[in-house]
Amino acid sequence: MSTVSLTLRQVRFENLSFWRNPASAFFTFAFPLMFLVIFTTLFGDDTNFYVPAIAAFSVITAGFTNLAMSVSFARDQGVLKRKRGTPLPPIAYLGGRVVHATLMAILLVVIVTLFGAAFYSVDISFETLPALLVTLLVGAATFSSLGLAMTAAVPNADAAPPVVNFTILPLLFISDIFIPSDNAPDWLPRVADLFPVRHLSVAMQAAFNPDAFGTPNGFKWTEIGIVALWGVVGIVLAVRFFSWEPRR
Amino acid sequence: MCAHAISVKDLRRSYGSLEAVRGVDLQVEEGEVFALLGPNGAGKTTTVEILEGHRTRTSGDVSVLGHDPERGERALKERIGIVLQETGVEPFLTVAEVIEMYRGYYPHPRPVDEIIEVVGLTEKRDVRANKLSGGQQRRLDVAVGLAGDPDLLFLDEPTTGFDPSARRGAWQMIQNLQALGKTIFLTTHYMDEAQHLANRVAIIVGGKIVAEGPPASLVAAGITTTTIHFHVTADGARPPGDGWEEKDGAYEKATDDPVRELHDLTGWALRHNVELRELTVTQPSLEDVYLQLTGAAAPAESAEPPARGRSRRRRR
Repeated sequence: MSTVSLTLRQVRFENLSFWRNPASAFFTFAFPLMFLVIFTTLFGDDTNFYVPAIAAFSVITAGFTNLAMSVSFARDQGVLKRKRGTPLPPIAYLGGRVVHATLMAILLVVIVTLFGAAFYSVDISFETLPALLVTLLVGAATFSSLGLAMTAAVPNADAAPPVVNFTILPLLFISDIFIPSDNAPDWLPRVADLFPVRHLSVAMQAAFNPDAFGTPNGFKWTEIGIVALWGVVGIVLAVRFFSWEPRR
Repeated sequence: MCAHAISVKDLRRSYGSLEAVRGVDLQVEEGEVFALLGPNGAGKTTTVEILEGHRTRTSGDVSVLGHDPERGERALKERIGIVLQETGVEPFLTVAEVIEMYRGYYPHPRPVDEIIEVVGLTEKRDVRANKLSGGQQRRLDVAVGLAGDPDLLFLDEPTTGFDPSARRGAWQMIQNLQALGKTIFLTTHYMDEAQHLANRVAIIVGGKIVAEGPPASLVAAGITTTTIHFHVTADGARPPGDGWEEKDGAYEKATDDPVRELHDLTGWALRHNVELRELTVTQPSLEDVYLQLTGAAAPAESAEPPARGRSRRRRR
């Protein structure tokens, strides 16, 4: 079988596994919606901001957080080491996980957007749909590769949640995801811009609110490009430091 | 195709200043069950994992089915099956799904239901991996190792944690595999397991092979003393000859000449009308040889690498 068909086969089994764990699946989908409802309730109904912000958050959750944790867990259980002893090309296994994470990200963004359209009168413009799709795919690929790279810094499965949350949570707060940085000191968004989260968030905002960003088709190419560069960084780090053996 | 399934010459592996494997030579023939025995920290796992391609070596020549495992070639991985001590499977997939997934990695896999039958999980076919008992999960490990219909199967302590009947079942399974012409490289802590299954065994101590051969010949070459044991009820009855150890009427003696000893003993018992209760004549076992060879060298310090700890067993 070719590497591509082996990868797609892995996606199928990843998907089967994912839905077999209903609690995990339910909360993966409930989490972004919960934040959307809480933040819009707390901070007034600035839904033009929060729907794209939570869409970006969904991409980060599916790609980075979930992948970093579940791959660390699989590594601890010896699943990765076992795969390494089979003829399955490593790229097919990891590719399968990234593709599945991307599919989940797409599904999450669709749900968040539909929720926003239904309850918060968010407009979905067909003109910016390509921008939304490109931002979503580039974001999912980038944060998946960063999630895989992250596992190198996770000593064991027990440590995965604190380590992963410690890296991502501060960025979510300062990067126009949970709270708009309108009232923040000027330097804070500059600091956030050193990392990929805010670039994804801004690109997503532009795809939903093209007029506010002066991008009629919604494509914020600079931001998308920077996110993509981070994806390359993630791939390089993952190739260099990824471990298939349990490390305790 | 070469006659040796595995050929190892002067294999060495150091971790920093620690030399875990110090010049191991091994030959495993095609179609045989070969057992590598040794205490924890003797370099057993390091050796096996080098053969499996999971670790690199410091020096030496290694050939597995004509390939160098260090290169990680797909052509080799397609022909071997690996059952490690600590490996999990996808917990939410059923037995049949897990095997189906792993089959897809190989060019000539065995049919799913045939594999399930070989490992005796037919009744658990549609049960999720995380709902299996420990012994059943271990059998699923073996099933995954068999998915690609390998020519060579590595089994690292396949029956640890099994109850006695499960162990017998596993032994039968391994014998069935050998009957199919598979070469099996086994490591185990259980000497009776090695004695029962292996055509040849090698004992590794302190990173070196200290004995190698068919179990029976190792026993013959190792310890020649036979132990005679019996029990008397009559007070004051003392068996003839020297060297009997007595405790509460139980006598025991190790001898190089069991025929003469038994002749003298039974003659004495008949003459004096002494009943020899629980009379047993025990041949030395592989375990005795093993203990003799490894006992003196029982390692206080571990020669295994400090990372990749084996103490915590976390499966699923």
